[in-house]
Amino acid sequence: MAVTLDQTIAQKQHTFVSRLFANQTFWVVIAVILACLFLSVATDSFATSKNIFNITRNVTFVAIVALGMTFVIITGGIDLSVGSVLCLSSMVLAVTMHAGYSIEVGILASIATALAIGAFNGILIAYLGFPPFVVTLGMLSVARSLAMVASNNTVVFQFGPDHQKLLALGGGAWVFGIANPVLYMILLALITGFILRLTKFGRHIFAIGGNEHAATLTGVPVKQIKVVVYMISALSAGIAGIIQTGWLGAVTTNLGNGMELQVIAATVIGGANLAGGVGTALGAVVGAALIEVIRNSLGLLGINAFWQGTFIGGAIILAVLFDRIRNFRRSD
Amino acid sequence: MSVLELANISKHFGAIQAVNDVSFSLEAGEVVGLMGDNGAGKSTLVKMIAGNFHPSHGTMRLDGKELVMHKPADARQHGIEIVHQDLALCNNLTAAANVYLGRELRRGFGPLRILDYGAMYKRAGQLFAELKSETRPRDLVKQMSGGQRQAVAIARTMLSQAKIVLMDEPTAAISVRQVAEVLNLIRHLRDQGIAVVLISHRMPDVFDVADRVIVMRRGRKVADKNIASSSPEEVTGLITGAIEQVA
Repeated sequence: MAVTLDQTIAQKQHTFVSRLFANQTFWVVIAVILACLFLSVATDSFATSKNIFNITRNVTFVAIVALGMTFVIITGGIDLSVGSVLCLSSMVLAVTMHAGYSIEVGILASIATALAIGAFNGILIAYLGFPPFVVTLGMLSVARSLAMVASNNTVVFQFGPDHQKLLALGGGAWVFGIANPVLYMILLALITGFILRLTKFGRHIFAIGGNEHAATLTGVPVKQIKVVVYMISALSAGIAGIIQTGWLGAVTTNLGNGMELQVIAATVIGGANLAGGVGTALGAVVGAALIEVIRNSLGLLGINAFWQGTFIGGAIILAVLFDRIRNFRRSD
Repeated sequence: MSVLELANISKHFGAIQAVNDVSFSLEAGEVVGLMGDNGAGKSTLVKMIAGNFHPSHGTMRLDGKELVMHKPADARQHGIEIVHQDLALCNNLTAAANVYLGRELRRGFGPLRILDYGAMYKRAGQLFAELKSETRPRDLVKQMSGGQRQAVAIARTMLSQAKIVLMDEPTAAISVRQVAEVLNLIRHLRDQGIAVVLISHRMPDVFDVADRVIVMRRGRKVADKNIASSSPEEVTGLITGAIEQVA
């Protein structure tokens, strides 16, 4: 029987399983699960509720920022300023509240600061054609320095009248004993996934990363979207900063130092491509989880902490290696 | 009445005069070949009609009304569609996503309007069937052949009721069999009353399908004649400058 044109067009080339197996994020999930199973058996201290609570909470700060970074990376950009923006947002919150303002005012000021920085980055990149690497590298330095100026390089640990509210916001566990930051992370991951997969804005972000020129020609508002994307990235850093302030109960000016590299590592391990056009919300969270599990396990297994960098770096390279192997096969 | 009328259109980029005082008109259901050497100003002219560039001087009229466009979406709204030379496709997206790029279908209402994957796959599939192209809406463009990519780019122009379709070198990089397919498609568009501007280097294609040929050289229009009263030799002469200008 001859195959008609309609049948060919209606045919699906990939089954669900074949797509799953070709998915980097899937393999990272498997790696995280295997590592957790192994550690539960090999150590007594891993599968305790206290350790799980610790891991999940530690994952969140990197994961939340990684969610924002995913937007930027899908467009083919990069945001190196997130660690510093996190610090500055925390400091603005701390200083505002320390001066006697309510938590609402503090959070508002903090979010506004983050958005302003994101908009500044985005406008320079989208409208003036600056390379993202350079603009955000500059901002990395500027934002941390502003945090020092704002606090006079002191540690802030008194947050005025709403002190307890802030600590509860970041350090509490309001639902089923799950740490609050974890709830925020799950909520933000769901929102990110929704935006990326189901909205026009999300579709356009992928288009920009795939072929920016084509996106422009087909009438996608490329410049506006790029500005928004850097604002989202800064916003996620600001949110993480607020939560972390509540959790730590103190802010220093080296908060989030070097965090940008962990965040980028998490997104890349989770399957995002630095060349643009590829990335998922789940990937960002899972990538952050793998990094944290590696770090946690090294401690529990009694391996010298100096090895951490080697293992995490190895994970980055390994994750991308799988992707390369797949592409080699395709290009043959 | 002409569908599109260009009067004394010029465009310069700094000191470079890309298009210089060009006027012509387009009728419905007419295929016009736009020819010229590299740098003759064809692409710049087309980009002005497509809303990518704003003319430095001159006016454009669509159905007798003055046409002012600020972005490509404006051109689309007026029924002007374009198939770009590089096809303007995103390799990381599916065929359907590329067809609908910039005008995605959504369902729901308010802030909860989500992409309507089902409807976009369905309509894209219908368009590919109409084009007689074996292109699957769910496949990534990355994995497609030259002909399939061409079909995706052309399917875009069929989404809405276009008046004018501009095609920038549609036959430059595809196989002989696919050239015939593309030329058939151009006739298909023409028969629906659409005015087609075919920008091409390939003389046989233009003489095969076009009703009229416009030749540009160094930013100026040097000829505008019926295909029947011209010849490939004359057009070649006009392109290279061996023949200065014809009425």
